[in-house]
Amino acid sequence: MGFYLAQLLTGLANASSLFLIASGLSIIFGVTRIVNFAHGSFYMVGAYMSYTLVTLWSGSILGYWGGVILAAAAVGLIGLVIEMTILRRIYRAPELFQLVATFGVVLIFQDLTQAVWGAEDLLGPRAPGLDSAVRIFGEPIPEYDLALIAIGPAVLLAIWLVFHRTRWGVLVRAATQDREMVGALGVNQAWLFSAAFVLGAFLAGLGGALQIPREAVSLQMDLSIIGEAFVVVVIGGMGSVTGAFVAAVLISVLNAFAILIFPQVSIVLPFVVMAVVLIVRPYGLFGKPGSEHGAPVEPEQPLTLMGQKGLMVMIAAVFVLALSPLAVADFTTILLVDVMVATLFAVSLHFMMGVGGMVSFGHAAYFGVGAYAAAMGVKYFGLGMVPSMALAPFCAAAAALFFGWFCVRLSGVYLAMLTLAAAQILWGVTFQWQDFTGGDDGILGVWPAQWASSDRVYFYIAFVLCIGGIWLLRRAAHSPFGYTLRGVRDSRTRAEAIGVDTRFHQWMGFTLAGTLAGLAGVVFAFSKGSVFPDTLGIALSIDGLIMVLLGGIHALAGPIYGAVAFVMIEDWVTRLDYWRFIFGAIILVVVLLAPDGIAGGVHRLVRMIRGGKA
Amino acid sequence: MSAVLEVQGLSKSFGGVQAVDDVSFTVEPGEFLALIGPNGAGKTTCFNMLNGYLRPDAGSVKLRGQELIGTPPRKIWRMGVGRTFQITETFLSMTVRENVQMALISHHRRIYDIFSRATRLYVDEANALLDLVSMRDQSARPCSELAYGDLKRLELAIALAHRPALLLMDEPTAGMAPSERIALMALTAGIVEREGVSVVFTEHDMDVVFAHAHRILVLNRGMLIAEGSGAEIRANPTVQEVYLGGGTVFQKEADHA
Ligand SMILES: Nc1ncnc2c1ncn2[C@@H]1O[C@H](COP(=O)(O)OP(=O)(O)O)[C@@H](O)[C@H]1O
Ligand SMILES: [Mg+2]
Repeated sequence: MGFYLAQLLTGLANASSLFLIASGLSIIFGVTRIVNFAHGSFYMVGAYMSYTLVTLWSGSILGYWGGVILAAAAVGLIGLVIEMTILRRIYRAPELFQLVATFGVVLIFQDLTQAVWGAEDLLGPRAPGLDSAVRIFGEPIPEYDLALIAIGPAVLLAIWLVFHRTRWGVLVRAATQDREMVGALGVNQAWLFSAAFVLGAFLAGLGGALQIPREAVSLQMDLSIIGEAFVVVVIGGMGSVTGAFVAAVLISVLNAFAILIFPQVSIVLPFVVMAVVLIVRPYGLFGKPGSEHGAPVEPEQPLTLMGQKGLMVMIAAVFVLALSPLAVADFTTILLVDVMVATLFAVSLHFMMGVGGMVSFGHAAYFGVGAYAAAMGVKYFGLGMVPSMALAPFCAAAAALFFGWFCVRLSGVYLAMLTLAAAQILWGVTFQWQDFTGGDDGILGVWPAQWASSDRVYFYIAFVLCIGGIWLLRRAAHSPFGYTLRGVRDSRTRAEAIGVDTRFHQWMGFTLAGTLAGLAGVVFAFSKGSVFPDTLGIALSIDGLIMVLLGGIHALAGPIYGAVAFVMIEDWVTRLDYWRFIFGAIILVVVLLAPDGIAGGVHRLVRMIRGGKA
Repeated sequence: MSAVLEVQGLSKSFGGVQAVDDVSFTVEPGEFLALIGPNGAGKTTCFNMLNGYLRPDAGSVKLRGQELIGTPPRKIWRMGVGRTFQITETFLSMTVRENVQMALISHHRRIYDIFSRATRLYVDEANALLDLVSMRDQSARPCSELAYGDLKRLELAIALAHRPALLLMDEPTAGMAPSERIALMALTAGIVEREGVSVVFTEHDMDVVFAHAHRILVLNRGMLIAEGSGAEIRANPTVQEVYLGGGTVFQKEADHA
């Protein structure tokens, strides 16, 4: 009895922390429609700030709580600066830009935080006056947990009062429900957005600041919390603070008990719950239809078939690539394989997002399934390289078919979140299922067959598979299938009105993209000789998004430029100190100054040259 | 000859609003039928139930004797019902011609073809359809650049692509200049005559309605309040009440609901 109560209380204390960060995320989304990846950074910076302040004023109760509040306020101020310098410029941009931009902020903060506080984990002091445990039914319960259990609902109540009793709060709610109406009322929107962002950042900072007596402060805090925070916001319904509270309690309490039965479950549980909720209630528990889309996007230009000159340039480029292993050193050959793998991955993601209009935050899932299937084919089933290579894309296809069926029932941010959940579930299973997947240790010794083991021969295998895959997707984009997919993206109503089964079509598009991501994973597995769970991880999914964005989302050639540039930049920049900072800055520059990416630049250049000649 | 479309007791309410209330009518082959009524009368809701976008609370819709209720829009389209929308729905990232080609590709059941070049398929057929609505000269323009009136004409070309037996046109001339309206409806009337297709359309411009419609249905607050020829409708006291008494007068300008 006492034991279960203790579990429940632990769950509720976790719920409070989770609620603080998720409520801020939800408010920011509700008002600005930005999916703010940097929210995890606010949480982390809040923890570091409060560590410094609380250690400085250690001992006194006032010092502790003063430090916590001051840290949260400082984070709110940081939020204001970021809102005014970055986000304000991209409120009208597509979701992808916002996500990638806020991820750039994440990278910058990782290096800034490390520069200020160092790479070591820091152990904060306990809260004075709340540093021991009380016994309830014989079980020790930390006093601090009880305080947290009280703080969560208190903050909910405070937010409720602000939203219902102040003019500003009423405007925030109105903006969440109907943004045009607020514009029509002539309210100063910019101010409203900034204030909402500051409040959200403050809450995230508070969540982090309150965390220091419970866990070590580390540089991993940002990304470890953000996934779960997204889950809570989505389950609750994006924009709903009450929803965030209910969802935080639901997740945390379920988790507290589920780990008693099945200790490994905690990594995947939130994502499974989210998937189930989204399937039953597509807008979350308290969400409303219409909340799933950001600003309307400008229509794309029509596709054009490649002209004769373009075709010649492309054939020449492929030819040069084909001959390059004869001319360059082995490590360059290996880098070129990386480039080709990344390009196929990016092209498949672009097919899904650009052509299909389905933004995926978890495309690495299918890459990873392809890689793992190939690795298991040779290591456990003794299949040999060629049969494994042939079979593995079908495993990726099966995974895409399964998850895609659920995903295409949603749209916009909710669809993106479900793709993220799918990827996290697969990642969690891979990570935990030691006996089958090798868990954290991965699968080693996945080498190509004897005849293919030289770098040069493997290059040509990769060349055929990757260039073949890219060619197939490009062909598909110009085909009736691809056009129909774009049609569904442009107007579902019109597509339905000319006889298209829109969901089925998206499902097939999703599956095709997943299958070719799987093919990229296969080539990757044999080129590295090993696979690890991070081939399915969020980081790789985001890399894909960055490639697509860097290259330019509105052009079929975009992901090709983007992937090549990404691998080159990464290869160069990761050798430097503070490469995250540099990389984050590059991302922000592209998002803010060159939103049509490299493809846009190339397009302008070609036009200029043509114009110059004429 | 028997009716193309038979509508019986169609009803739909949204929350407390009875948008369509026990509406029954038939459409004969080759008939050009106008459905008129003030904004909010339930015309669009009616259309949405006829071709499957909305499920009615009660009633039946039969196309050549076959029940349509519960059939999704895409299947109803395949059975030969075309549709244009009050607020145009086109593929903005494609050219004008490609929009028509898409309807043709779907009609020829090739949307799962993954190797052909979509933009090279059914070019002549698409051009012919564009000629029909005098949009041929704009065929290579991106759809996103079109003026609103041109989008409406494009929608007509798209809707004709699969040679429908019945065409539902929701405010086909809204947003057009008066001369354009007359031209478009004269064109549609010509198509009705030549191809024997039945058309149901909603319209605010009474000149257009009286000039072309074979028969007129008047809807008010979800209920069918009158039915007849132009002359009969003009003389009908209830209709005059709704239009004149309601202050909307036989509107010249369609304000988009
Ligand atoms: N999706 C909906 N939800 C709620 N009410 C609706 C919806 N669609 C239409 N209505 C209401 O039904 C009535 C009829 O609308 P509509 O069919 O659009 O009229 P019309 O096309 O004749 O102008 C109006 O009162 C409208 O507000
Ligand atoms: Mg209408």
